[in-house]
Amino acid sequence: MTNVPEHLRYTKEHEWVVLSGGIATVGITDHAQDSLSDVVFVELPAVGGTVAQFAKVGLVESVKSVSDLYTPVGGEIVEVNKALEGAPELVNSDPYGKGWMWKVRPSDPRQVEQLLGAAAYRALLGH
Amino acid sequence: MSSQHEPAGYRQGRWKEPPLLERGGGPSRAATLPEEDLEGLVPVTLRRTHLRWPDVAENVVVRHFTRLSNRNFGVDSGMYPLGSCTMKYNPKICDETVWLPGIAAQHPAQDESTLQGTIGALYEMQTWLAEIAGMHEVTLQPAAGAHGEFTGLLLIDAYHQDHRQTQRDQVIVPDTAHGTNPATAGMLNFEVLEIPSKEGQVDLERLKGAVSDRTAALMLTNPNTLGIFERDVAEIAAIVHEAGGLLYYDGANFNAILGKCRPGDMGFDVVHFNLHKTLAVPHGGGGPGSGPVGASEALAPYLPIPMAAYDGTRYYWDTDRPKSVGKVRSWQGSTAAVLRSWSYLKCLGAQGATALTEVAVLNANYLRAALEGTYDLPFPGLRKHEFVLSAQKLKEERNVRALDIGKRLLDYGFYAPTVYFPLLVHEAIMIEPTESEPKEELDRFIAAMKSIATEDPTLVRNAPYHTSVSRVDEVNAARHPRLSFRMEHPPSP
Repeated sequence: MTNVPEHLRYTKEHEWVVLSGGIATVGITDHAQDSLSDVVFVELPAVGGTVAQFAKVGLVESVKSVSDLYTPVGGEIVEVNKALEGAPELVNSDPYGKGWMWKVRPSDPRQVEQLLGAAAYRALLGH
Repeated sequence: MSSQHEPAGYRQGRWKEPPLLERGGGPSRAATLPEEDLEGLVPVTLRRTHLRWPDVAENVVVRHFTRLSNRNFGVDSGMYPLGSCTMKYNPKICDETVWLPGIAAQHPAQDESTLQGTIGALYEMQTWLAEIAGMHEVTLQPAAGAHGEFTGLLLIDAYHQDHRQTQRDQVIVPDTAHGTNPATAGMLNFEVLEIPSKEGQVDLERLKGAVSDRTAALMLTNPNTLGIFERDVAEIAAIVHEAGGLLYYDGANFNAILGKCRPGDMGFDVVHFNLHKTLAVPHGGGGPGSGPVGASEALAPYLPIPMAAYDGTRYYWDTDRPKSVGKVRSWQGSTAAVLRSWSYLKCLGAQGATALTEVAVLNANYLRAALEGTYDLPFPGLRKHEFVLSAQKLKEERNVRALDIGKRLLDYGFYAPTVYFPLLVHEAIMIEPTESEPKEELDRFIAAMKSIATEDPTLVRNAPYHTSVSRVDEVNAARHPRLSFRMEHPPSP
C-alpha cells in the first residue's frame, strides 16, 4: 500500500499536483516511484516555456525503464527542481517533498480541480 | 562455498591482468622482421619508427584473449533465453561459408564480372526472403532491425507522397510492439499513436477509433512481445487499409512463423527480417547484423538501390529504379551476414525451415507449461516462440524481483532472460529458448527456475556468486557512470 496524501490532486499517469499561492507544484506519486524502482535520471522542461495541459514535458529514467512525464496543468513553467540533476534519488526517498519536479503558473487554475482526488486515485490503484 | 551457492558447478574465469597495451617492454616478442628485408619494399618516407604496439610473445596474446573469453558468456557456452532477441545457436558451417577465400577476400568495388557468385547468392536471397514473407521484392541493404523499420517507413512515406496523401503523419503502434517501433516512427517525424492492448492482443475498437485520413501506417509485431499471435490479424489489416493506411510487419519474431505463414498473406505491405535473430547470423556482440526489408508490389518501386538482379545470363547491380528512396547503407549491406543466412537456408531447405518453427514453438510452450505453476502467466494459453512470466507474486511474498531471478540464473550457467519488458507485465521475465536447445537443457532450466523460487531470498538478492563480476550496483553505475575497458576496477579518479 503506497502513500496517497489527501490534500493533493492526481492524474491517471501518476503525477500529483498541489496549488499554493497561485503556483502549481508537480511531481510523481509514491506508487509511481515504487513501480519505477531506483530513479537514475530526470529530464525536466525549460523554465519560461508555456505548456498545454497533459503535454509531455520531460521524462524519468529508472534502472528498469524510461517513462514520459506529463503536466497535469497547463501554463508557464516558472521553476524546476534543480536538485534532481545531482540527486535523482530524491524522487524515491521523498516523492511528495524534496522530489518535486516542476512548478507551473496555471493558465486556468480550474484545471487542477478537474483532476482526481485522493479517493479516486486510490481507487485507480486498486487500494 | 556451500553447494547451495554453487548449484550447477558453474564458474566463470576471473583474471586480474592489465590490457595488452600496458604490457610489453621486455625482451619477448611475437615476431621480428629483419630490417634489411624492408629495403626496396617500403619507401623510407612511409615507414614509422614507433608503433603503439606492445612487445609481447604470441602466447601472451593468445592467453589474454582466451582469458577474456573465460569471463564471457555466449550461446556457445550455454542456453541464452533472452526473450525478444532469438539467441539461437548459429551452426559453424555458416561461418565457414563466409571464410571461404573466394568470399572473404573479395571487395564490393570489384567488377561485377568477378562477383557473379556473390551477386548470384544475394539475388537468390532476395528471392527466397520475398517468398518466405509473401512480398514482391526484398532489399538486403539495412544494417539491422531498427534500420529495416526506418527503411520500411521511408517506403511508406514515399508511397503516400507519391499518391498525394501528404497529410498522413501518424503511425499507430500497439503497446505490445517492440520498443523500436515507436522510436522509428518518431525518428521519421511521424506522430506516434499508442493503442492499449486487450487480453494481450490488439483491441479492434481502439484501433477503429485511432485510424483516420492521417494514418500513414500501423506497425505490428506479430507474434507480439507476449508471444501471442494476433488472432484478428486479417481484420486489423482490413481496418487500416480501409482508412487508406499501410501495414508494417515487424518480423523480429519470424522464428515463430517461418515456413508456416506469410505477412504478405496477412495483408501486410512492408516487412523486415532480422537475419541475426532468425537466420543464424551471430549477434549480441555489436554486429554486424542485417535487416532486409520486403515490399508489396505497390511499394517495391521505392526500395533502395542497388538491387541484385539477373538478366538471364549474368547477375548485376540494378540502379535503374527511378522511384527508389536511394541508398540506405554503404555498398550493398552486410554481405557476409546475408551469406551466412544464405548458407543456413541452404542447409535447412523448406522442410527444415518449417521444422525449425515447430520446434521453437514446442520448446517455448514446454517451458511455459512447466513454469506457469511456479510463476504467474498473464493472459493464459498457448504461446508461439516466447512467453512472458510475472514475478510479481515473488516480489510481494519474498521480496525477490525479476532482476534477482535473472542474476541468480547466471549461477546456474544460464544467461539471464529479458526482464521488465514488455512494460504491460509487472516484474516481467521474457523467455525464448529457441529451437536449438535439447530437452535436457530445457529441463535443467526448468529445475533452476523452480529452485530459485524457493531459495533463500537473501541468497537470490545478492546473486550472482560464480560469474567473473558479481552483483553490480546498477543504480550507482547509472547515476555516476565510470567507464573502463579494464578487467578489474578502474583506479579512482
